[in-house]
Amino acid sequence: MKMISVEKLTKKFGNMSAVNEVSFDVEEGAIFGFLGPNGAGKTTIINILCTLLAPTSGKAFINGFDCDRESSRVRQAIGIVFQDSSLDKDLTARENLTFHAYLYNVEKSVRKQRIDDALRFVDLFDRADDMVRKFSGGMKRRLEVARGLIHRPRVLFLDEPTLGLDPQSRANLWEFITTLPKQHKVTIFMTTHYMEEAEVCDKIAIIDKGKIIASGTPSELKKTVGGDVIYLRTNDNKKAMEDIRNLFELDVSEKDGEIFISTVRGDACIPALIREIGESVLSVRMQRPTLNDVFLRLTGKEIRDVEGPGHDDIKSMVRSYRSRHDRD
Amino acid sequence: MIETNAIYVIVAREFKKFIRERSRLVSTLARPILWLFLIGGGMSRLVPAGGNVSYIQFIFPGIIGMTVLFSSIFSSISIIWDKEFGFMKEILVAPVSRFSVVVGKAISGMVISTIQAVIVLCLFPVIGLRLDVMQVVGVVLISAALSFTLASFGILLASFYESYESFSVIMNFIVMPMFFLSGAMYPVKLLPDALKAVSKLNPLTYGVDALKNILFPYETGRMAADFSLSVDILIIVIASVFFVLIAGKLFERKQ
Ligand SMILES: Nc1ncnc2c1ncn2[C@@H]1O[C@H](COP(=O)(O)OP(=O)(O)OP(=O)(O)O)[C@@H](O)[C@H]1O
Ligand SMILES: [Mg+2]
Repeated sequence: MKMISVEKLTKKFGNMSAVNEVSFDVEEGAIFGFLGPNGAGKTTIINILCTLLAPTSGKAFINGFDCDRESSRVRQAIGIVFQDSSLDKDLTARENLTFHAYLYNVEKSVRKQRIDDALRFVDLFDRADDMVRKFSGGMKRRLEVARGLIHRPRVLFLDEPTLGLDPQSRANLWEFITTLPKQHKVTIFMTTHYMEEAEVCDKIAIIDKGKIIASGTPSELKKTVGGDVIYLRTNDNKKAMEDIRNLFELDVSEKDGEIFISTVRGDACIPALIREIGESVLSVRMQRPTLNDVFLRLTGKEIRDVEGPGHDDIKSMVRSYRSRHDRD
Repeated sequence: MIETNAIYVIVAREFKKFIRERSRLVSTLARPILWLFLIGGGMSRLVPAGGNVSYIQFIFPGIIGMTVLFSSIFSSISIIWDKEFGFMKEILVAPVSRFSVVVGKAISGMVISTIQAVIVLCLFPVIGLRLDVMQVVGVVLISAALSFTLASFGILLASFYESYESFSVIMNFIVMPMFFLSGAMYPVKLLPDALKAVSKLNPLTYGVDALKNILFPYETGRMAADFSLSVDILIIVIASVFFVLIAGKLFERKQ
């Protein structure tokens, strides 16, 4: 069943199109990822889907309900972790969740149980009565995910859920997120500009300047940029290259004293290579295409390039400015 | 559509934060108390009493009005903070009507302001007033109605602003003039015609006037109320309905 369905969605701010005729579907229970550089339009699409923005044209449906016209049905069906924290730092973790439970009319008989379960699920039960102000970035993120699940939504939106976390907490959060579809029967829609993170998705759409420029499973996308590349160092490159050409009919060339071979199934190719010319091989390594290569091929630029220098530094400066001022 | 659970939890959140921030309570109470004793006490030497009412007693209803005005507006302006720090999004994506959100915020302002008004009211013996129980109940009820109205007005203002830089603009250009043109410090009937006209558009005027009606029921001279109690109450009620409905509509806007 299609849980999210978007048809020719367009959003203009003034005459700038932040989102331009975007269409896609997400199956129930899938992890769907939006991959794109800063300013690509990811958050704008999420804001339309979660009924905060009205589209300029086009349609968006969640669970069969029109995001623009049937707002309250859509709101009941979704949970969201926004790009910027939306917790009340002057309340405790438990109070934040309680607020949410009342807001979503969670029945009194299950309210406390659900909140306790959610806190345990994200490993914050021991800190339940601490002010959110005292939490680390990773703890806040986990708390937001827990909050988003309290009312048992059908779809969970995660807008750059790992933003500002260290690699260790990012990995932990991902491990946790990938368990959600099974544990909570929820469809996940996430955005990121980290290539590695997009790999966990069942399906990805790559978006740039408000347009989807490619979509498919991670492996499908990677196939579009060709197969694996095997790099060999040998004690006689000339002879090795000739042997490989004769024996395998593969495309071989040399660069910087290293032979490289493009092939569809690198993993199966290496043992055969070693069997035939193993004597002369000094080292071997293989590179699989990454989503970064996909993005590079589609747009001619690296996804990180677009980010602009020190972008994250600026965001963290703004954050600390805010946290200094949010008491007065 | 009114969602009682949502309204309850919005009020509970504000109340909890109010109780926790004792320093804010002290600072919002300091202003009216200083005004009462420093300005009221000083001016009493200059302004002769009218009838049985001294100047410090005359401004007492105005000082209660001031307490209600500042704390209601301040409470509503917290919406701007909520927008700035993202919490507003949590409320706006919930399956709750905008109208309930506005009512919840207005009731929050009402509860917090009424508590403060009651604290200021407790000073009445110090300035030589004698009140019976009905008068005390009347002051509390008027304070509650007035703070609901002013809190809704504050929400209306807050829906036009996105960041807290606008806070001082609101305070200096809207709240302070509202206070001075409310009959709090001097009777509306003594104002020049132009200012009198503005005063009559100010909802606070009727709140302060209602309090004067209750506190000085038998006064007829300069220091007496300007309108009748029933006119005051009628206008406060109409204004609150008007502001809540408009604020609800403004909240409904999507970009
Ligand atoms: N409220 C707004 N008014 C005007 N322009 C906006 C508004 N919101 C977003 N935009 C513009 O729309 C474009 C897309 O923004 P959006 O926030 O959707 O990008 P994003 O893909 O989420 O980027 P990031 O990775 O930085 O979060 C940007 O050029 C942005 O400047
Ligand atoms: Mg974004």
